[in-house]
Amino acid sequence: MADVPILSLTTFLPLVGALFILLIRGEEQNVARNAKSVALWTSIITFIVSLFILTGFDPSNPGFQLVEEVQWLPAFNIAYIKGIDGVSVWFVLASTLLTPICVLASWDAVEKRVKEFMIALLVLETMLVGMFTALDFVLFYFFFEGVLLPMFLMIGVWGGPNRVYASYKFFIYTFVGSVLMLLAILAMYLTAGTMDMRVMVDYPFSSNMQIWLWLAFFIAFAVKTPIWPAHTWLPFAHVEAPTAGSVMLAGVMLKMGGYGLIRANIQMLPEASFYFQNLVFVMSIGAIIYTSLVALAQTDMKKMIAYSSVAHMGYVSMGIFTMNQQGLDGAMFQMLSHTFVSAALFLCIGVAYNRLHTREMAAYGGMAKNMPRYAVVFAIFMFASVGLPGTSGFVGEFLTMLGAFEANTWVGLFSATGLVLGAAYMLLLFRKLFFGKLDKPEVKAMQDLNWKEVSFFAPLVAIVIIMGVYPASFQNVYNPTLEKILADHQASLRSAGLIEAQPTQTAHVTQETASTATQGQSVADKASEN
Amino acid sequence: MATFPDLIPALPEIFLAVAAMALLLIGVFRGEGSLRLVSWLAVASLIGAGFLAVTGVGLTGRVVTFNGLFVTDPFAVFAKLLILTASGLSIILSINYLEKERVARFEYPVLAVLATLGMMGMVSANNLISLYIGLELQSLALYVLAAFKRDTAKSSEAGLKYFVLGALSSGLLLYGSSLIYGFTGSVSFERLAEVLTGAPSLGVIVGMVFVAAGLAFKISAVPFHMWTPDVYEGAPTSVTSFFAVAPKVAAMTLFIRVLVGPFGDLTAQWHQVIWFCAAASMIVGALGAIQQKNIKRLMAYSSIGHIGYALVGLSAGSQEGVRGVLIYLAIYLAMNVGVFAIILSMRQNGRAVEEIADLAGLSKTHPLLAFAMALFMWSLAGVPPAAGFWGKWAVFLPAIQSQLYGLAIVGVVASGISCYYYLRVIKVMYFDDVTEQLDRPALLTGVVATGAALFVFPVYIFFLAPITSGAAAAAASLFGAR
Repeated sequence: MADVPILSLTTFLPLVGALFILLIRGEEQNVARNAKSVALWTSIITFIVSLFILTGFDPSNPGFQLVEEVQWLPAFNIAYIKGIDGVSVWFVLASTLLTPICVLASWDAVEKRVKEFMIALLVLETMLVGMFTALDFVLFYFFFEGVLLPMFLMIGVWGGPNRVYASYKFFIYTFVGSVLMLLAILAMYLTAGTMDMRVMVDYPFSSNMQIWLWLAFFIAFAVKTPIWPAHTWLPFAHVEAPTAGSVMLAGVMLKMGGYGLIRANIQMLPEASFYFQNLVFVMSIGAIIYTSLVALAQTDMKKMIAYSSVAHMGYVSMGIFTMNQQGLDGAMFQMLSHTFVSAALFLCIGVAYNRLHTREMAAYGGMAKNMPRYAVVFAIFMFASVGLPGTSGFVGEFLTMLGAFEANTWVGLFSATGLVLGAAYMLLLFRKLFFGKLDKPEVKAMQDLNWKEVSFFAPLVAIVIIMGVYPASFQNVYNPTLEKILADHQASLRSAGLIEAQPTQTAHVTQETASTATQGQSVADKASEN
Repeated sequence: MATFPDLIPALPEIFLAVAAMALLLIGVFRGEGSLRLVSWLAVASLIGAGFLAVTGVGLTGRVVTFNGLFVTDPFAVFAKLLILTASGLSIILSINYLEKERVARFEYPVLAVLATLGMMGMVSANNLISLYIGLELQSLALYVLAAFKRDTAKSSEAGLKYFVLGALSSGLLLYGSSLIYGFTGSVSFERLAEVLTGAPSLGVIVGMVFVAAGLAFKISAVPFHMWTPDVYEGAPTSVTSFFAVAPKVAAMTLFIRVLVGPFGDLTAQWHQVIWFCAAASMIVGALGAIQQKNIKRLMAYSSIGHIGYALVGLSAGSQEGVRGVLIYLAIYLAMNVGVFAIILSMRQNGRAVEEIADLAGLSKTHPLLAFAMALFMWSLAGVPPAAGFWGKWAVFLPAIQSQLYGLAIVGVVASGISCYYYLRVIKVMYFDDVTEQLDRPALLTGVVATGAALFVFPVYIFFLAPITSGAAAAAASLFGAR
């Protein structure tokens, strides 16, 4: 198994599928049907291949694994290096899992230019997997930017009425942010003399330089994550994008920001991260409270979920910069949870939209009566989004808040208000859609979930519940890596004289909290909801 | 006693000169309808010249001949290969266009070959006089080419405009040269490099700035860019495709040779000039293109912007900077040839069209063409994974190394702005509905466009290492001679 370049295989398999689709010719209907099945099979095979990454991955090893290295541009010290560690491995799997789901979700929803849509989707998958597995900074940047074109086209070609504005806004925001990152990468290269991220992680950049580099990276990732106030592109992009686009955007692309924050800002620029900690806290709290309030005021359900995404990612950025084990662990977990929950919520909205072609909440009502299966599925993900114990959302939010309380009580306090607001708008959404009188004839005529929809919701429901009931199954994979990241971080802060030499928080606390949390916190959680 | 000069170093040029004469004869004897034959023979002779350049003495080291007037070195060879490639592709692209526009005259390829000869002379100039001769040969041929569709007012206007402004720039260049000669007593690059050390006299600086201004005209760097949009728009499209690459490469490499060679010790003096030209070109290129509706004018502003990016590498003033410029030019060549191949195939019912709006819905009618165009736009915007990113990479790296942070920031802002109009082309092709369908592109044009698109992504990945090492050797030869 060690000889097979499994990461490259996972990265480029979708691209091969896309080329196949490109070659399909013939009548339009046949082309569409064949393109869909090729896309489905390619993405399923890719997912199966990516499972071998998990089997080949040794969770107890905190370093980079399954590394592939090929010389590319010796003149610039650029090589093709791929590898994964505990932080990236779940994101790779999330990308490969969500792609077949997206193909299924757009099976009937996408009616025009199906062939191009499937190509865009598969290219997007390649870019996403490529980014999470890249260990050379240029390669990283390559895939980071490569995501833009397929997404730009997806929003622009298959999007809603305001698609052109949304696609431009999405592109320009992300591009300007990432060009700044490019300058930072150039500066780092000139200092460290290499593009190898494994070396950069250990390279001690001077404190002054770290500040500037950190700002450049932070802007790039803050746009991507997005962190308030750089989030304004997201509601537009989400609302206008087709369902599959929203799923990929919320499910995986936002995680590129969080992943980058851990990889670049925390790991490579520890001193600046320490320096800017409070800034991030303020921005995260701003995101959590402000965007929750905005979500409360929405009448468009997709926009509401989009704003809730920003709020949830606020917990992620807050958790990352608490720089303690619970916070970081929680941020990782929250990212994973959000991947599946928000993807599922967008799929849920897609289900309703496909039937009635409107996103206005007021157009629906009483669906619990005629669509019971749909109501149950929606309820599960709604509860997960709210953070009900037993679902994945609870563990992530609880741990990040625990970390926040440890770092700064006020931050923890303010972030807790987000939970109340989150419950408020999600319950409001659910009430408007599913309860009340079933008096609208077109709503009455809606069919419950068909087998195709059930087939792509089922794995997501399972994952969300497994993550909530037995979080350690996911945490075990990344915890050793996080421990090492944290230990390195503390060590470099100590050597810089920023913190006193004291033993760090022992890591296995988290394991206990995660398991005891389910009992202890449910009380507190109920209290906050009441 | 006058000894017979060594002809071996100038073999490619001599070959090309003889070939141009022969082509002229063939054309004259065969008369009308010989365009195809002469064009293909012209391409063959360009390939022959390229072969001679690669196998010649220039590749291994620096060789001077004609009493120091002419130099060939890896730098010149690299530039000549780019020029010959660009000219050859442009001639191939022009055949169909000229036939459809009913201006199928054999003089076209001959003039293109002569212009190419002039460019090769420029690149190999080792003396202010030979510089001027090469420049004028190139310019004269280009003036005629710009006015090649002499029956249309626009083409004649473009030719005339180009001629008047070109003559002005030549005048500036000559005036600067005479000042330099007056203050130093020499026109030889080597001699100038020896003399011009330490603090130069004011006359030399003024002369140098005049020479730089003359050359900035030729590469259409701001503030000497005014002619570009009009000439791009007015000239026949095949000529525009020629203008866009080969002369730019020649003038840019000449610019580098002049600044790094004779004025190599005056970096402090010319650095500000280049800095300003680079920053201003990037900004004007980005802002000017936003309002354009004609795709040729858009490409004109785009080329102004790209020259700005290339100048960023030069303003770093280091060997890595020059390497970056050369890499930039190589990638710029591929992107522009591809874009112009597509512009040349824009026809509705046999009539050439050049509005961006005419591309509407291209992704539905010609999906591959649209995809290629999208790739080029992507690459021109400098977004990875397309090749254009590497050009920017190669010039911004030395700029940051030389601590030109201000210029780097300007570049970042400009490329953010320029994204907007490159994306607009993609938007028109992909998001808008078809208004009127474009004709099927000619086979040759399609082949060139496909080849360029494949190069821009993903084939360049394998060529990047050889291009980089070639450019590095070229830059090293230039700096080694100092």
